[in-house]
Amino acid sequence: MMLMMASPVDAVEPSEILSDPALEARARDLSKGLRCLVCRNQSIDDSDAELAKDLRVLVRERLVAGDTDDEILDYVQSRFGDYVLLKPPLNPATALLWFGGPILLIGGGIVAWRQITRRPVPATTPPPLTEAERARLREMGIEADRET
Amino acid sequence: MIAELGHFALILAFAVALAQSTIPLWGAHKGYAEPMRFAETAALMSFLLIGFSFAALTYAFVHSDFSLRVVYANSHSDKPYLFKIAGVWGNHEGSMLLWVLILALYGAMVAAFGRNIPPALRARTLAVQAMIAVAFLAFILFTSNPFDRMDPVPVDGTGLNPLLQDWALAAHPPFLYLGYVGLSMPFSFAVAALIEGRVDAAWARWVRPWTLLAWSALTVGIALGSYWAYYELGWGGWWFWDPVENASFMPWLVAAALLHSAVVVEKRSTLKSWTILLAIIAFSLSLLGTFIVRSGLLTSVHAFASDPTRGVFILGILVIATGGALALYAWRAPQMEPEGVFAPVSRESGLILNNLLLSVSAAVVFLGTLGPLLIEAVTGDQMSFGADFFDLAFSPLMVVLLIAMPIGAALPWKRGDLPRVMKKLWTAAALSFLVGSIFAMWRSGGPLLAPLGIALAFWAIFGVIVDLSERVKLGRAPAGETVRRLVNLPRSAWGQALAHMGMGITAFGIVGITAWESEDIRAAKVGEMIPLAGYEIRFDGVERSKGPNYTIDGGMFTVFRDGKEVASLVSEKRFYTVQRTQTTEAGIRASLIEDIYIVLGDKQDNGGWAVRSYVKPFANWIWLGALIMTLGGLLSLTDRRHRVGAPNRAKPAMVPAE
Repeated sequence: MMLMMASPVDAVEPSEILSDPALEARARDLSKGLRCLVCRNQSIDDSDAELAKDLRVLVRERLVAGDTDDEILDYVQSRFGDYVLLKPPLNPATALLWFGGPILLIGGGIVAWRQITRRPVPATTPPPLTEAERARLREMGIEADRET
Repeated sequence: MIAELGHFALILAFAVALAQSTIPLWGAHKGYAEPMRFAETAALMSFLLIGFSFAALTYAFVHSDFSLRVVYANSHSDKPYLFKIAGVWGNHEGSMLLWVLILALYGAMVAAFGRNIPPALRARTLAVQAMIAVAFLAFILFTSNPFDRMDPVPVDGTGLNPLLQDWALAAHPPFLYLGYVGLSMPFSFAVAALIEGRVDAAWARWVRPWTLLAWSALTVGIALGSYWAYYELGWGGWWFWDPVENASFMPWLVAAALLHSAVVVEKRSTLKSWTILLAIIAFSLSLLGTFIVRSGLLTSVHAFASDPTRGVFILGILVIATGGALALYAWRAPQMEPEGVFAPVSRESGLILNNLLLSVSAAVVFLGTLGPLLIEAVTGDQMSFGADFFDLAFSPLMVVLLIAMPIGAALPWKRGDLPRVMKKLWTAAALSFLVGSIFAMWRSGGPLLAPLGIALAFWAIFGVIVDLSERVKLGRAPAGETVRRLVNLPRSAWGQALAHMGMGITAFGIVGITAWESEDIRAAKVGEMIPLAGYEIRFDGVERSKGPNYTIDGGMFTVFRDGKEVASLVSEKRFYTVQRTQTTEAGIRASLIEDIYIVLGDKQDNGGWAVRSYVKPFANWIWLGALIMTLGGLLSLTDRRHRVGAPNRAKPAMVPAE
């Protein structure tokens, strides 16, 4: 089994960290949502590849320049494609995946509900004896109460 | 020579499996006893042969026989003994051999311990099991033979990836396979029942122990993988929604649903078609997982050698096994008559809700893992779903499940009264909110949802305690009777209690580490003090040393709290001389309250070193919870009712039906 992880430790280096903690926090959040394109399934926040570092620096530069989070994500997406976003956009193609869960839950719920309520609820009291049943009981020598 | 014998044993096992998959089926169809009994002999033979084969491969690894291709590619004479053994299954071919070994093990266990199972069902089950074995033995013999020789024989091997030279990761595959290969047993039982055309309460009783065993092992396997990632990968992440992780998680979710569904079939003779379907789907997901991991289809942090032929082969097995089983299901399911009747508010409907939530959760994970692939095939856009998707799509389902769990467990069979149940549970609810508030005050500065998450976790835990105290009539009967009831509680009741509590405990750990983790990243000079979450961490410098097959740069740290020394930690950067790769080991001070986690980074230009420090609250409860869940499963497994086999025992009913 080949574990193809870039040495995972060194990701965000001290020299990259912005002095403004609020901006740095935004940088970290944004980085967690951007994919390292030369790695296997890692965010740029987690990877120490050169490209990841470049992207991290890019994000921070734009933050310092005053861009909003959405503007930065749009910027990166326009240059690197949808694949760079770890949180895929909502478009007709991905709609099925985003809504699949709720749809299945509701659909399954309907099926389950029909199965549950289809059954007759067990009556708490049995139906009253018919005359024929009462006659049979009398034959056996059992006096059945009128009400039973 | 030994390798050739191992190879030959494998071929014999293939032949035996062929026989085992046909003769007993014919025997069961005709009602002949001898051919049916052949299934057991064949299953035991199969296990012995494959066991020998596995032993032969292990021998080759331990004695560093580099004439075998797999040994050359995955081992080295300097490697420590333990990891020579772990190397047996640390590669594609060897792990496939482990796969079929466990398949055969389960078959042999049914043969040996399944005396109570009706002969026809047992014969058919073992036959179906053998069909799976035939498929995978063919796969091994024709595409992934571990006994392939090399010529000329190299002097030494290329070594095992350093990341794999680790005890947790060495144990991870065996447990995982005991888990999701073990799900083949309920699958075989389900298909056998479909062939027979009958599913009844007794069938559910035979199936449950195997499902419990597989589920428990899978819990351990997943927990080991998660724990390994936590301490090894360098920043204390423990779950990445990586396709291979999801591949093991989906069967776990469905197996949990199956466990609960089988209980309903056993007790109330209803939910039969759901249960059969779940049994089929659980193993199909295991097969899917095997396919995902070994076909190179999905880019993932860890991927086996990717070879299109192998991928297509497994895909073929998957299609035939799942397709065949589902076709059989479609044909036979309408014939399975539900017998039990229950009210809309009852344990049965609670368990239907449970089935629904777990199945949809598995489906969501499935969508997130394979959906991107489908999208890529259709539109050409490459993408994949990460934690953001799963957090949004998956977590709410788990929240609902945790809320419903104590309620469902308290509902009686057949007909329940919700207000009455809620009245019993309100102590649990009140206590959970109390605990949540305490945490809100103690750990300020975290996300708003965190105390709610804590309350939810404790709701699950207190719910279990309330349920137990109800069963022993705590406070409502004389102390003597309470004690008597406690002592006589069946093990499955304790199993249930532990498993449900384990869920709550794991949830607690997850909330803790997610909500209140603290982090510090800096370039530290020797002697510098790093303040973090009430601790002071002093960087004492880096020392050089040597390990068995690597050199070490060890970062030394001393941790203080209020001026007193709390821990002395070392974070190692290891350089493996053979593979010329580097790994980093974190220095971790583990405790039940919080982990202190320090990682040495690269040397900086200004003479300092990059140091990343974390404080991770309640991290270890994640895996402790998983362990408790496993204990619950194993405890249920040892319940006498599974061993005796007959549905009734002359014992007064301990659990009040209310």
